[in-house]
Amino acid sequence: MPEVRIVNVSKKFGNIVALDNINLTIRDQEYFSLLGPSGCGKTTLLRLIAGLIDPDSGEIYIGNRLVNDVPPEDRDIGFVFQTFALFPHMTAWDNVTYGPKVKGFDMAEATTIGHEVLEMVKLHERLDAYPNELSGGMMQRIAVARALAAGAKLLLLDEALGQLDAKVRNEIRYEIRKMAKDLNLTGIHVTHDQSEAMAISDRIAVMKRGRILQVGTPQELYMKPESIFVAHFIGESNFIEGYVSSKNNGNSVVEIREGLKIQASNGAVAEGKQAVLCVRPETLTVEKSVKKASNTVQGTVERITFEGPNMRYEIRLENDALIVAIKSSMSGGWFSIGEKVAVVFPVANTHVFAYPEGSSLKEEISVGSR
Amino acid sequence: MSGSGLRLKALTEKIRETLDKLSSRTAIKFAVYASAVIIFFALILLPPIIGIVIKWDNIQFILDQPPLVDRALGAIQNSFIIALIVAALDLIAGIPMAWLIARGKSRWLSAIDTLADIPFIIPTTALGYSLLLFWSDSGGVSALFGSSLVSTGWLLVMLLHFTFSFPVVVRTLVGALLDYKVEFERASRTLGAAPFTAMRTVTFPVLRPAMISAFILAFARSISETGATIVVAGVFENGPVFIQNMKTEFAVANPALYNGAIVFASFILITISLLIFVAIRLIGPKLRLPLKRVRPVTERKLSYKKAEKSRNTITLIVFFVLILSPSLFVALPAFQAIFTPSFSNAITGSDIWGGYWQSLLLSYGLGATVTIINIIIGLPTAIIIARKKMGKFMSSVFDLLVNVPLVVPSIALGVSLGIFWKASFALPDIMLLIFAHLAITYPYFVRSMSAALERISPDMEEAARTLGAKPLGVFRTIVFPLTKYSMLSGAIMVFTRSVSETGATLAVTSNLQTAPVLLVNWIKQAVPASRLDIALAAGFLILLSFIILLALRLVVGREEKY
Repeated sequence: MPEVRIVNVSKKFGNIVALDNINLTIRDQEYFSLLGPSGCGKTTLLRLIAGLIDPDSGEIYIGNRLVNDVPPEDRDIGFVFQTFALFPHMTAWDNVTYGPKVKGFDMAEATTIGHEVLEMVKLHERLDAYPNELSGGMMQRIAVARALAAGAKLLLLDEALGQLDAKVRNEIRYEIRKMAKDLNLTGIHVTHDQSEAMAISDRIAVMKRGRILQVGTPQELYMKPESIFVAHFIGESNFIEGYVSSKNNGNSVVEIREGLKIQASNGAVAEGKQAVLCVRPETLTVEKSVKKASNTVQGTVERITFEGPNMRYEIRLENDALIVAIKSSMSGGWFSIGEKVAVVFPVANTHVFAYPEGSSLKEEISVGSR
Repeated sequence: MSGSGLRLKALTEKIRETLDKLSSRTAIKFAVYASAVIIFFALILLPPIIGIVIKWDNIQFILDQPPLVDRALGAIQNSFIIALIVAALDLIAGIPMAWLIARGKSRWLSAIDTLADIPFIIPTTALGYSLLLFWSDSGGVSALFGSSLVSTGWLLVMLLHFTFSFPVVVRTLVGALLDYKVEFERASRTLGAAPFTAMRTVTFPVLRPAMISAFILAFARSISETGATIVVAGVFENGPVFIQNMKTEFAVANPALYNGAIVFASFILITISLLIFVAIRLIGPKLRLPLKRVRPVTERKLSYKKAEKSRNTITLIVFFVLILSPSLFVALPAFQAIFTPSFSNAITGSDIWGGYWQSLLLSYGLGATVTIINIIIGLPTAIIIARKKMGKFMSSVFDLLVNVPLVVPSIALGVSLGIFWKASFALPDIMLLIFAHLAITYPYFVRSMSAALERISPDMEEAARTLGAKPLGVFRTIVFPLTKYSMLSGAIMVFTRSVSETGATLAVTSNLQTAPVLLVNWIKQAVPASRLDIALAAGFLILLSFIILLALRLVVGREEKY
């Protein structure tokens, strides 16, 4: 039932624009992530959906119901807070059964629901403990169980895994997704951790400075980033500055130094304009040969990092740009520092973007809030 | 800068360095803390207790007079009944007020916030007189009804106590509400609780410690207040008034009986207060009301705009009618007095007014002295309590003992201090005054300071240590800047409490008149003072106190930024 629709929503805090005319639809039973650096407005958006703050303008629909004037307690949501916000004066059990109780269910019903959700989060020990006696992982599970027990149809998680250590975090994130799926819930997950978002989301909205830059599946965002920022924030990308010298068949040819031209797959930038080439490190082919080949740039290996499965080469190109190329360490034929190599740019995976107007490339990919 | 200026700077730098170095020596640290503890026992806690013990034998004289025993017990009973009712009423009225101040969005709130402190800065005697004029005198609200609306007696005492303990309750609760993590309340809302339900089931239980201390503070204030109560009591007697009456009746005629009555009444008042105090401390935190039933429909009705609006309106009406107007009423005739000879007499200090300005000077001088001494001896104590320097158990026992002077009726404290210091050391009156005020105000400073210190994470101090700061340097560069505001509010409480203190002052000295004592004398017509004189005297006292506090606030800076 609960599809969430955000229509033309804006929110300011004083002079700071936290959300700038946001439009977004989160589908029913989808596990959706709001991803972005801190200060991008993702938590503000989540709190607006929960009704914890009110938008300055725009409409919010949950399951086709306009909820702008509906208080949080009537939105049928479950909210998991970054700090968990477990009530310190109640035991784990009382925390979990709080929702059914305040909704006026009788004791027996509240107890049944309590056991059901605790079954789901696989936590039945230490229910008489107070929150300050529980470990981070347990508090997390209690917080999720509490949100579920309230009968949520829409599960909202605000950096809910941020306080856990890496091992526990990786375990719990799949569990939460599975629970949401099993219960047919719509889940909205706020995080600044792109690997977390990639791992668990059906779709992701990448946000920056109060705006949504791109919405798509993890694959779409990774393979077809629509902006320099998305290419940078999701996974890793090389950026090379240049000019669009010509266009053919929808492809662009970008000149990165006098006479040094690279073909890229899309042609959104007009001829003669300043542009940025963007290519993922693992799509580059690095070869020993020094002979001229198409879409190839010569370079010198400057640094090598052995990462286990991969070898990571930092290569200084002819035009002085420093790029990263990743090769499987099993493939053999390793290079050494100072070695001359040829880097082949795959046309299909090399994207071209307009050079950011009124700012710099560095500014564009910075994750600082402002 | 001149050469001598530079040399002076180098010298202070040198002294600071030496002190910093000394402060990292274990022996010196120990000495500082040990002397704080010794001073507390020798100066604050033990003298009044020993004072009672010394005259213990005199108790026989009152026990020989059963009617007097009954009178004492009746008075003490009155004290406790009034204190309990007043503390409860203060909480009931104070909670919505604190909520309004901490959570409201109106831009009038900071004005209301400041107004809520008014009864605190008015010396209690003046406050008592103001209430008397307002409720009981023919020129006050009674004029509207043709007869005296509230005559002197228990009801007026109760109104008075309600008024002067209200700011303490509101201050405590506003502080707690501002520190409270709103996240809990939001979580409750997302789980389906209406605002009222969230407040009832989450916010209030979490804030219970603050409510308990607010209750205890109001209770203690009501039990111990003497000066203003005397003004409005009429023939009614509570504990402190009884002690004061014993003084006027028997101090000269039958000193042995007088001492016996005082020891008897003080002992019972102190013991029961402490028992109640400990009981609230012990039972309060365990009192968990299980969340059984919620009535979603009713609680929802109580939550929304209309209910909230009427709640706020009632709160403000109660505040203006019961607290603010009666408190400031005394200022009205003062305005009228500006055009009378009283005013010129006052300005020139002629007639009875010479004594007034002297007493004012004494009051403020005493207040300043006591405040400074308190900061010096109270700071190490606050650190001991906040950082548990004596181990967990001993530190909390210490914490409890520090509160003792709060619950001792000020007049009883004054009397037993007088007995102790006069009998054993023949101290001059001014020293007695300082010691008495020190004992009364000590808990206020230590309380607010230790609470502020507890809010600073020890990590920060440790970080400064690892960066090379010596303990004193850590205090100077980290702790002090972070607790400056709390230190100020502690100091303000000490100062105002000292300036308004009447009971103990009356008890320890007969030849030194502080401003409140003088006012009592004027009101009791021991000196031929007209009503306008009295109003004017109270008005000056309020105005000057207000200016001094405002100046203090401005010097230190208005807000705690961290």
